[in-house]
Amino acid sequence: MSVTEMHEKQRNDSADDTVWVEEVAWIDRVPAPVQMAFVFVVFVACWDLVTRFGLVSPIILPTPWETWRDILFVGNNLLTGGYMLPALWLTLKEVVYGFALAIAIGFTLGVIVGETSFGEKAIMPYLVAIDTMPKVAFAPLFVAWLGFGIESKVALAAFIATFAIVVGTAAGLHAADHNARMLFKTMGASRWQTLVKMKLPAGLPQIFTGLKIASVSVMAGAITGEFLGGGKGFGELIRTAAAQLNTPRVFSLILYLSIVGLALFLLVSYIQRRVVFWHKDRVMRGMD
Amino acid sequence: MPAAATVTDLSSKRKEPVYELTGVGKTYARNAVTALEGVTLTLTKGSFSSVIGSSGCGKSTLLKIMSGLIPPSSGRVILQNKPVRGPRRDIGMMFQQATLFPWRTTVENIVLPIEIRDGKAAAAKAREKATQLLEIVGLKGFENVYPNELSGGMAQRAAICRMLITEPAVLLLDEPFSALDELSREFMNMELQRICMEREATAFLVTHSIPEAVILSDVVYVMKPRPGRIAEVVEIDLPRPRTLDMITTPKFGALVERIRSRLDKEAFL
Ligand SMILES: Nc1ncnc2c1ncn2[C@@H]1O[C@H](COP(=O)(O)OP(=O)(O)OP(=O)(O)O)[C@@H](O)[C@H]1O
Ligand SMILES: [Mg+2]
Repeated sequence: MSVTEMHEKQRNDSADDTVWVEEVAWIDRVPAPVQMAFVFVVFVACWDLVTRFGLVSPIILPTPWETWRDILFVGNNLLTGGYMLPALWLTLKEVVYGFALAIAIGFTLGVIVGETSFGEKAIMPYLVAIDTMPKVAFAPLFVAWLGFGIESKVALAAFIATFAIVVGTAAGLHAADHNARMLFKTMGASRWQTLVKMKLPAGLPQIFTGLKIASVSVMAGAITGEFLGGGKGFGELIRTAAAQLNTPRVFSLILYLSIVGLALFLLVSYIQRRVVFWHKDRVMRGMD
Repeated sequence: MPAAATVTDLSSKRKEPVYELTGVGKTYARNAVTALEGVTLTLTKGSFSSVIGSSGCGKSTLLKIMSGLIPPSSGRVILQNKPVRGPRRDIGMMFQQATLFPWRTTVENIVLPIEIRDGKAAAAKAREKATQLLEIVGLKGFENVYPNELSGGMAQRAAICRMLITEPAVLLLDEPFSALDELSREFMNMELQRICMEREATAFLVTHSIPEAVILSDVVYVMKPRPGRIAEVVEIDLPRPRTLDMITTPKFGALVERIRSRLDKEAFL
């Protein structure tokens, strides 16, 4: 080996030593859907094992296969306009009305609490107090006041969902920074202009966070209302199926309910992305 | 203070006064801090003045009082022969942060003051003027871009346009370019000078940089802290328009030194 060759080799070696490439863990190279599918397969496999070897009574936990067949059955019933469709429709109505009511009341209260010092000092403490109560406990009251019809379910759904919207709106109105406030003051903006042109748009990310939380809890409210107040909704179907120990049915009904809930959540998220286009919601993607 | 007297005499002879402050003081009720005491100064039409002083000596407080954002505890503020009682149309203000709203395009941000004062229709009419202003500050073609696509310097230039759209008679600037890097800052200062000269605007600048104050101003007010008051008035008689190579001249150096020595002394008093 000549001297120059040695130098050459040394340089190459040192080059190899100094290059530092960021290593990506192998799990990060697997696409997210594949990872999710993996978890699903493992989950179903465990479930299958547990039922196959009779570790749990089939009345308590049906096999995955039974559940799958019932999912298909309920799906077929819904698609062909069977007796479950009106039930789903009724529950959907309760959820939508409840959500609309929650938005109307929650937004109004949120603006009052977030915009006026009276609201913040005199109203907010009561709202916080009510919010800490287990709100489903109010269900019998709503039934007593509004009867066994759709009204009591809508009321309970709205009642449970409202607080997240109040808090989101009030927090959003405080989101605008000092500079923005000063700027609006120097421009001689009225209180109304400041609210509409600055505080509300600046608070939209928080407002939508409240709406998303509410969109999830409104479903819980409607179903709880149906459990306790009867009626002809999906909650009633679940209750009946459970009473008959028809666990596969309970599971598949819950699945369809969660699809409805997810659809509502995704709808709100979609509207958020369109309206709050300047604000990138990175919660789902972690840190960016 | 004889220096102060001569300067005010000289400038008031030259031009009419625009801003007149007499014995302005401010004590914040919340913490009983006396932020300002007995500030008397006169800004003449078309003049450029700077105020310099250590952090917390009351510069921002002074600017807020002049702009009508907060009332003084004592003294009088008169702008164009009318006392200042709240925000006014003939005042344009700029802060350290550009504060462009991300849900509005650049041009929509610029016409915002018009929209607030005269409504949406007037704002739509002002778009053309906003476009011209954007061209002046070198942001042609960025009208319909959202602010998160602008750099810090570009955002600050858009903020200048927003301040100018209402054609204010006076510009109050609270460290407007301190968030920018050195080069953009020098460039923006020259732009500012050009804009002020073109419009004969009266400008009042808060800054922490002595060279910046000297290069831009006709008069530099040196402030003393606790309570905030004007310690010295330095007239800058460098010729206009100012250029960046004046920074290397001995006269510039002497002026900077004079202000610096004054500031240093205050720091130990
Ligand atoms: N809103 C307020 N309430 C109570 N005290 C205040 C308020 N704003 C300012 N102060 C006090 O008044 C004094 C002057 O503050 P000011 O903001 O005017 O200083 P400044 O010269 O602008 O400082 P800087 O160079 O850091 O911006 C400080 O001591 C500060 O604590
Ligand atoms: Mg300040």
